[in-house]
Amino acid sequence: MNGEQRLLLVIGATSDIGRAAALHYASEGWSVCLAARSMRAVQREADDIATRTGRTVSCHVLDILDAASFEPFLDHLPRLPDTAICAVGMLGDQSISKTDFVHACLIMRTNFEGPALLLNLLSHRFKIRGSGALVGVSSVAGDRGRASNYVYGAAKAGLSTFLSGLRNELSSSAIRIITVKPGFVRTKMTAHMRLPPVLTAEPEEVAAAIFNAAQGRKGRDIVYVRWIWRFIMIVMSFVPEALFKRLRL
Amino acid sequence: MSAKIEGWGRYPSQEGEVWETQNLQALVQKMTSQREVIIRGNGRSYGDAAIGEKTTLSSRGLNRMKHFDPQTGLLTLEAGVLLVDVLNCFTRRGFFPCVVPGTKFVTIGGMIAADVHGKNHHRDGGFGHYVSSLQLILPDGAQTTCSPGENPQLFQATIGGMGLTGIISQATIRMKPIETGWVAQKTFVASDISQALDILKRTDEAPYSVAWIDCLAQGSSLGRSLIFAGEHASRDDVSGSSDMALFPDARRARVSVPPGFPGWALNRTTVASFNEFYFRAGERKAPDAELIHWDSFFFPLDSILSWNRLYGRRGFLQHQCVVPDNNSLSVLGEILERFARSRRASFLAVLKRLKGGNGFLSFPAPGYTLALDLPATPDVFVLLEEIDAIVVKAGGRIYLAKDARQARHTFEAGYPRLDQFKQLRRSLGAEARFQSRLSRRLGI
Repeated sequence: MNGEQRLLLVIGATSDIGRAAALHYASEGWSVCLAARSMRAVQREADDIATRTGRTVSCHVLDILDAASFEPFLDHLPRLPDTAICAVGMLGDQSISKTDFVHACLIMRTNFEGPALLLNLLSHRFKIRGSGALVGVSSVAGDRGRASNYVYGAAKAGLSTFLSGLRNELSSSAIRIITVKPGFVRTKMTAHMRLPPVLTAEPEEVAAAIFNAAQGRKGRDIVYVRWIWRFIMIVMSFVPEALFKRLRL
Repeated sequence: MSAKIEGWGRYPSQEGEVWETQNLQALVQKMTSQREVIIRGNGRSYGDAAIGEKTTLSSRGLNRMKHFDPQTGLLTLEAGVLLVDVLNCFTRRGFFPCVVPGTKFVTIGGMIAADVHGKNHHRDGGFGHYVSSLQLILPDGAQTTCSPGENPQLFQATIGGMGLTGIISQATIRMKPIETGWVAQKTFVASDISQALDILKRTDEAPYSVAWIDCLAQGSSLGRSLIFAGEHASRDDVSGSSDMALFPDARRARVSVPPGFPGWALNRTTVASFNEFYFRAGERKAPDAELIHWDSFFFPLDSILSWNRLYGRRGFLQHQCVVPDNNSLSVLGEILERFARSRRASFLAVLKRLKGGNGFLSFPAPGYTLALDLPATPDVFVLLEEIDAIVVKAGGRIYLAKDARQARHTFEAGYPRLDQFKQLRRSLGAEARFQSRLSRRLGI
């Protein structure tokens, strides 16, 4: 970008992964736009990152469920970002979504519908400009359906497939599409769970993995933050459905 | 989730949950719904100061910085921000906190609550002196601002108040400009305690000074020491060496003491040989000036992660006292003599000069402070009682942030403004709300 300051957009900037990614990019000299639902919460993160790094950070309100607001939201950014990361996510409660349509619908729309539509819009604009990197934070839960979280998993599977399609479509352009499947991460979302340390990444690790994949010369298309998760998911993919359906995972 | 709650000394230890949130409102709600809570930062106080009598709340989720003004050097941040983060963000921009303690793994809130001192206390005073204002959550959940000009009583009580006046949620602290991230250090050798005190007095002009004591030396070498005096290096000091970055980043710790490290490994023989080696090495260096990385100068022990495991499972006690200037030589001599006679090996023994403190319960007082580490064994408790008696007789006191065991009468004798503090606590209604194991033990 020849000395011009590069610009990152983080959607879901008050999530731990979004926040860590924004801080990582700002530490690398990028300007940052933070978007989240609550102005107060996003302002807190923006002040933090600006104070820590001395970089320019702007705040934007965005509701991922309000697709009609996406175009004006993008129009109001300081300019079209060079990289956009969607870190929106909602784990929800599988047992509630079993009977509560509203809850299930919220999980599906938050994890799939909103992010996919927004990333789609961004990809149009990137395509016209001829450059950019789009990062979607998906999940290993989307690789196979499990009884414990398949509403969330199915939504993330939708996002992964959507990103895979975008990548396929844009493969001949300079636009990068990156799918991140972090595995367990120590965040607010998992604070109530007892997580195995070896399988659990810190948000800062995820941020570094995103930066390396999106800004590195030869970044990966699909990022598992810890190598062990790539291994686990390969093994899982070989388990035949006839057997998989009996597993209690 | 239940786990062990303990201080850096790993004594005492308690089963329980440290409740954490990133949301101040949620923290306040939790606090007002509980009795006898204490707020805990990064758990680097040594004893029982950050163990709740009933509930322990963590400030670690309140870790956002808010604003920095390079013109004034004023930095506003939430109280759970770690000092290491402040250092990582600001040394490279030419700013340094006015006071830092011996470890960078402390929260800003913890630094205020203990009114920590650094190697520059003899000249610049404690950390509380550089807090321009703070936000305090009172027992009823209301938030108030305190500063030297606004609610000055409450401000003075909160500086060094061990979290017993309320929850510090946010603070504005003063940073000072530095020309480089290096410290120009001179080493002086003292062959006994009287020389050590002399040199510390003589190096009073140096911004930073501290003495390392070989506490196993006895007889005519009782209190033999190395005195380190330092100041922030100027650009000119550093410009000679082209391979040195002006503002180097924090050093990455390479060594970590594993869990289950056997306590017997740290014994008289190993410590004595280390001390001999360290003393000789210091003698060879003295008195040439050398440039030291800020991280190594201020936080040498941070380079060994989990060094508190060196004392094994039983944990250890740190004894830090201050004794007033008059008679300091004979009093410190008596204390060192008593330690040496006990044949107990201290991994670390540090001596430094202090001036007066800021808060009602601030530790520093004009005189000399001596800190030693000892394993938490029954005979050590007896030994420390004897040392306390010497300290009390001399008009000294014991540092609360290090303490796990001092008797109530020792504490009461050492802190003349305790009554004022208790009165303020009563008027705030803080007694029913904020209680740590330390405050219960000492009847604060």
